[in-house]
Amino acid sequence: MVKKFMYINRKAPYGTIYALESLEVVLIGAAFDQDVSLAFIGDGVYQLTKGQDTKAIGQKNFSTVYMALGDYDVNKIYVEKESLEERGLTLDDLQHLVWEDEDEDWAEKDSIRLVSRAELSDVLDEQDVLLSF
Amino acid sequence: MKISLQINEGPYQHQASDSAIQFTKAALAKGHEIFRVFFYHDGVNNATRLAIPPQDDRNITEQWVALQKEHNLDLVVCIAAAQRRGMIDEDEMKRQGKDANNISEGFRISGLGQLIEAGIEADRLVVFGA
Amino acid sequence: MSLLHTVNKSPFESNTFDACLGLAKSGSTILLIEDGVYAATTGNSVADKIKNTTGINFCVLGPDAQARGIQGKLAEGIKVVDYEGFVDLVAEHDAVQAWL
Repeated sequence: MVKKFMYINRKAPYGTIYALESLEVVLIGAAFDQDVSLAFIGDGVYQLTKGQDTKAIGQKNFSTVYMALGDYDVNKIYVEKESLEERGLTLDDLQHLVWEDEDEDWAEKDSIRLVSRAELSDVLDEQDVLLSF
Repeated sequence: MKISLQINEGPYQHQASDSAIQFTKAALAKGHEIFRVFFYHDGVNNATRLAIPPQDDRNITEQWVALQKEHNLDLVVCIAAAQRRGMIDEDEMKRQGKDANNISEGFRISGLGQLIEAGIEADRLVVFGA
Repeated sequence: MSLLHTVNKSPFESNTFDACLGLAKSGSTILLIEDGVYAATTGNSVADKIKNTTGINFCVLGPDAQARGIQGKLAEGIKVVDYEGFVDLVAEHDAVQAWL
């Protein structure tokens, strides 16, 4: 039986290791053929922003890895609209994450689903396994 | 019911490990099965056998080991998180050419797939963290 | 489907409690544990949020409340559970979301 797995990301990158190590689980978990989705809530939305450059802080810039998630069939990425708005961000401030749909001649599709808090609340409610970091 | 646990924080610094131990004891007392306890992030530090807490304090690693022995718990330390933080067992010590190891008996080191499997196989996953 | 939410941070230190409240659906349960139990005391500035929320079952982990000396100050309508009660809540709900 395929279970619905959701990774809940609520922490900003670099200040703590949670975002990076969460991403490591997502990449490994992609091999298990479960129904996977990611949620970015609160400061978690900062993980997806454009223009990250970590050269001067001595850490690896892992923001580029999110761009590759589509290749791992991880293509349901829920971003909470209110969290973006509270932080003065719009979808344009986030990296453009896409995946290629095998069933539609590899058409490129958006991975990010901008959802309201109420909509996200419904999605959370459908999950079988919620992994928090 | 089969329950898996994920522990995200090291012992002492945060209550997560204490809460997880109390939860585990209660779940076992109620007849549930603990399918696996997966230690991630700084949670891997729960597995050190070298900690020396003051005598009037609890020894969290020993509490895990006691539960493991009594109930044959599957205590799994994430290898990637463990290596990053200098937590290694004897095999890893040899493989990596290190001069010491620190993983307690009762814990085993394995990959992140064990966390996903814990989510798949158990009826519930409960996460303790900060 | 209904979720069990756990909140382990003081509402005065982080917005975790608010984040949970914002996403918890009617019919779900919010269990306050560790420093999260401070949300459950009477007369504090978040008490109204709990009082004004309908459809959500609020619980507090008794051992954590007792450890912090607030067991006599818990707001009405919040059910006190022990660790076995925590386990029961996990079993009774379809999944658990830990608001870390």
